Amino acid sequence: MSTATHKLIKGATGDWEMVIGLEVHAQVTSKSKLFSGASTEFGGEPNTHVSLVDAAMPGMLPVINEECVRQAVRTGLGLNAQINLRSVFDRKNYFYPDSPQGYQISQYKSPVVGEGEVTVELDGGKTATIGIERLHLEQDAAKLLHDQSPSMSFVDLNRSGVGLMEIVSKPDIRDAEQAKAYVTKLRSILRYLGTCDGDMEKGSLRADVNVSVRKPGGPLGTRCEIKNMNSINFIGQAIEYEARRQIEIIEDGGVIDQETRLYDPNKGETRSMRSKEEAHDYRYFPDPDLLPLEFSEAYVAALKAELPELPDQKKARFIAGFGLSAYDASVLVAERESADFYETVLAKLADQARDGKLAANWVINELFGRLNKEGQDITGSPVSAEQLAAIVDLIGDGTISGKIAKDLFEIVWQEGGDPRALVEARGMKQVTDLGAIEKVVDDIIAANPDKVEQAKAKPAAIQWFVGQVMKASGGKVDPKAVNVLLKTKLGI
Amino acid sequence: MSVDATTVRRIAHLARIAVTEAEVPHLQGELNAMLAFVEQLSEVNVDGIEPMTSVRPMEMKKRADVVSDGEIADDVVRNAPERQDHFFLVPKVVE
Repeated sequence: MSTATHKLIKGATGDWEMVIGLEVHAQVTSKSKLFSGASTEFGGEPNTHVSLVDAAMPGMLPVINEECVRQAVRTGLGLNAQINLRSVFDRKNYFYPDSPQGYQISQYKSPVVGEGEVTVELDGGKTATIGIERLHLEQDAAKLLHDQSPSMSFVDLNRSGVGLMEIVSKPDIRDAEQAKAYVTKLRSILRYLGTCDGDMEKGSLRADVNVSVRKPGGPLGTRCEIKNMNSINFIGQAIEYEARRQIEIIEDGGVIDQETRLYDPNKGETRSMRSKEEAHDYRYFPDPDLLPLEFSEAYVAALKAELPELPDQKKARFIAGFGLSAYDASVLVAERESADFYETVLAKLADQARDGKLAANWVINELFGRLNKEGQDITGSPVSAEQLAAIVDLIGDGTISGKIAKDLFEIVWQEGGDPRALVEARGMKQVTDLGAIEKVVDDIIAANPDKVEQAKAKPAAIQWFVGQVMKASGGKVDPKAVNVLLKTKLGI
Repeated sequence: MSVDATTVRRIAHLARIAVTEAEVPHLQGELNAMLAFVEQLSEVNVDGIEPMTSVRPMEMKKRADVVSDGEIADDVVRNAPERQDHFFLVPKVVE
């Protein structure tokens, strides 16, 4: 494992280093809300997924959803984090129409999950370890619509009270690439665990990004927080812009105001969200409606024992078991669906040990390449895992050549069908009986005495003959066998 | 502990309660009277004592993850001073 060197930004007064920390809000995968029995389903009619608890009617009391607790603990385990057997819910007080309670139930001093870490993959096979500060459970807020009327805001409480996991990183991130890699990896882990669907378009995963700049290794600068980012690419762009903005201000002799900013993807810039607002004063205190959240060591151990294989473990298994390169293994495990597809191909192979790596090449290069080109994703692949495994089997056992296999792949992509039957029906089998092509080889040698001389002087020139034989046979001979045959015939 | 007039105005603002200048001295007096009353608790020595969260030792009750509530939009918005298509309507807030 090689440790990453991070990007510095050149300013008028020399290099600047970015210090970045992320707060990721991940919606807990559960059927009902964190403290009520209303549905968490996305996109219901206004205020239909709302109980009187969510609407903060007088006398209503919150009762915690055990599934949300379970999911938070599982996520903590997936982040190699400390699990706190006792944690406390607090009220974070603020007054705004997105919270009918007048406060958000969150965890302040005692979160359910403590410190952990995530290893992220960077360009060039490098990795970086990003520390996790904490993970806590809290309520999502209501959705406000401002464009329905000139004078009124419309309030829909359907999201209000849905369980969120706020995952706070340590300020270990040093550039935009690392920040993007961190969110990508976090999302991947959450999706493997099934604790958050990671759908950024629907807002199931969003991030607040804290950015400050300093001279490399120097004292920390004042940070600005870019709120509510729901695209990994925008996170990268916003960081780049914000760091340059801060450097410019400092180099011009100014000071950074600690403030909340918004990123405008159309203009590619961040702007201040609340310029005059006084500092937040959330007046946290323990929620008197909720007892401390407690569970046993045995409960945690049972959840740990049932954790699915996570991306890092899967990657290591692919490398050790099938000789995949670290890069190829990373590509396969990045999305759970891709990894599942490759695993299904592996399961269908006649000889996993022999063809596991070949199968990975075919999944990544031929299938992903083609899917990307067509703008499709793996779940809608016209070529099934079973069909791809059959193609790989046919190459692996020498029935078809790699070149013919590409034609076969194209036929399966276009027309479907059983690759084995197609090879039979369309006469695509590789000629393994070299006797049959010996005459072709002899003819080519006889017709090209000059090339024979060349090949004898410079054995690499034999490739010209291989090419000729392949052409004459329509690609159906094994180039390796032709090579051997030619060497014998030419006496080299 | 006691509050000054500035703190009274600030607390009122955080809670979005309109308080006129004339009301401030009165509220300040009331708040300080309450604080002074509660202040008596600090006479008790609680060194080394864990905060009590429940009269009887008990675990927090947890719910199973089932959808058992909701689909009562009429009831939810019934008391709202202004509503439309089952939305609550509030004076426009834009950041």
